[in-house]
Amino acid sequence: MRLAVPAAVAVAFLVVPLIGLLVRAPWTRLGELLAETAAVDALRLSLLTATSATVLSLVFGVPLAYVLARSRSVLGRILRALVTLPLVLPPVVGGVALLLAFGRRGVAGQYLDLWFGVSLPFTTMGVVLAETFVAMPFLVVSVEGALRTADHGLAEAAATLGSQPFDTFRRVTLPLILPSIGAGSVLCWARALGEFGATITFAGNRPGVTQTMPLAVYQAFQTSPDAAIALSLVLLLVSITVLALLREWWLRPGGAR
Amino acid sequence: MSGLAGSRGSGVDLGLRADVKLRRGSLDLDVALDVAPGQVLAVLGPNGAGKTTLIRAIAGLAELDSGSVMVRDEVWEAPRDGVFVPPADRAVGLVYQDYRLFPHLTVLDNVAFGPRARGASRAESRRRAGLMIERLGLSETAARRPGEISGGQAQRVALARALAAEPSVLLLDEPMSALDARTRIEIRSVLREVLAQFRGPTVLVVHDPLEAMILADRILVVENGHAVQSGSPSAVARRPATEYVASLVGLNLYRGTLVDARSHRVDLVGGGSLIAAGRGPTDTGISALGAGSAVLVAVRPASIAVHTHKPEHGSVRNVWAGRVVGLDLLADRVRLDVDGEIDAAVDITAAAMVDLGLTEGASVWLSVKATDVVAYAAP
Repeated sequence: MRLAVPAAVAVAFLVVPLIGLLVRAPWTRLGELLAETAAVDALRLSLLTATSATVLSLVFGVPLAYVLARSRSVLGRILRALVTLPLVLPPVVGGVALLLAFGRRGVAGQYLDLWFGVSLPFTTMGVVLAETFVAMPFLVVSVEGALRTADHGLAEAAATLGSQPFDTFRRVTLPLILPSIGAGSVLCWARALGEFGATITFAGNRPGVTQTMPLAVYQAFQTSPDAAIALSLVLLLVSITVLALLREWWLRPGGAR
Repeated sequence: MSGLAGSRGSGVDLGLRADVKLRRGSLDLDVALDVAPGQVLAVLGPNGAGKTTLIRAIAGLAELDSGSVMVRDEVWEAPRDGVFVPPADRAVGLVYQDYRLFPHLTVLDNVAFGPRARGASRAESRRRAGLMIERLGLSETAARRPGEISGGQAQRVALARALAAEPSVLLLDEPMSALDARTRIEIRSVLREVLAQFRGPTVLVVHDPLEAMILADRILVVENGHAVQSGSPSAVARRPATEYVASLVGLNLYRGTLVDARSHRVDLVGGGSLIAAGRGPTDTGISALGAGSAVLVAVRPASIAVHTHKPEHGSVRNVWAGRVVGLDLLADRVRLDVDGEIDAAVDITAAAMVDLGLTEGASVWLSVKATDVVAYAAP
């Protein structure tokens, strides 16, 4: 029972702030506050960019996870360390790095501007990139783990039945790791939704263009704390919904059926 | 020759010819085999002998260091010529020990997987799978997933899946090891039927010598990565080449030297000597061998008699003393472990054991007629 006390402290520490949010919420003026902070715009932008970032992460992250899971070489290990770096990197640093790479004078950005006339910073696309940068490693790590523990014997069985490697991936491996891809996507999406540091550094805080919910909360807090609380409640609601979906996924018997 | 499956030769179907040489960890595998179309070769051997690796090498799942794999008139692998046909392009049907059914597909789709992977349309694949499923009596399980069927059914699905891909070679890795005794008997008859109808060569890895005897035309015994004996099931059973094979088929086996070709006396390596006058129906015995030849001597445990006193005034030529060190109650008899001048396993009836008052540690005399002692040239 010596563990009960610190456990209780942890629970209190995690739950009390949420209670605070609910207790102090200006319930009666909620609609009015949300309207004046342009919460709908921010929420729409947040959902759009977080979903886009998740789709990008799926399209590029799942193949990357496959390559990493297959590689046994030193290069693979180095690659894995590099890819997971954004997991531990402070997002603000990520934002600065993105600016130096894809900014107008950035290492790659100057050519995007010169050749295609594309400028990413301070655009909605910039928000998506910042969120993808921070969130994709979550998906890659969880899918790679699933691929590593996936039964290699089944891929061998597919091969001896005449299945070429890509078909084996599509018809055997992918369906088997679907639950992990689902869980990884939800994690990735939630991380993208809450992304603040990289976004504000790389994409700025332009209402309707790059101002996502977390940025809107931050800005509202400077002037009208009640509005910030109202926006926070909306994000809390979204988070709870995601958690419920995630549990649903984990508790589903048999995974990929 | 480049890495193509179609390095065609004479067009004659030579079946499967493999010369497998590879090292994996502590295993040093060097086995050659040759299986004619329609023939079943059973590979028998202790755990870790390299049986599974041998099958994996034929399927292309374990690459050869040297040697070759040829099927029909195609070269599947020849490291010296840089030929390696990947597993997906070898027409093998591999039935894995643990079945490896796809858990997310129904039985029907598992069986349809091979035809589909080799380019048949979805409908055609399912049609073929349906026929195969019916043939193996699995129709009622077609819509179920592997998690919802019994072990015996899973084994048959694995077999159906391998056959539906229309392989030129069938490879079976201990197909019955995961089954209980009852299901084993049922699957054995299914397997017999399937193997009889299969026109290509079959390599069957088994643990149980009885299964090898029932299912195979020929037996190849592999120990420590090397072939130690090959021949018809009856030849292997009658004239085991190693102690492992002898213990599998339940024979006492001794190494020795033929001392006198006329009296058939063999001095055994472990001490003692036996007069060996026995011969099988097709054997020439050891008459043709000269004195000094290295021979193996096999004695059936049931042909050894046990006495509490030294037998005298009899016709029996081989008599020696020993001590009972182990008593094993088997289903229909008692197996005695006797240490003596010649160590031997002896089978007697339970009644005989009681009459003689045999217990562990008892001093006994053993005897065996010379005609029950079979000697043959050591390989």
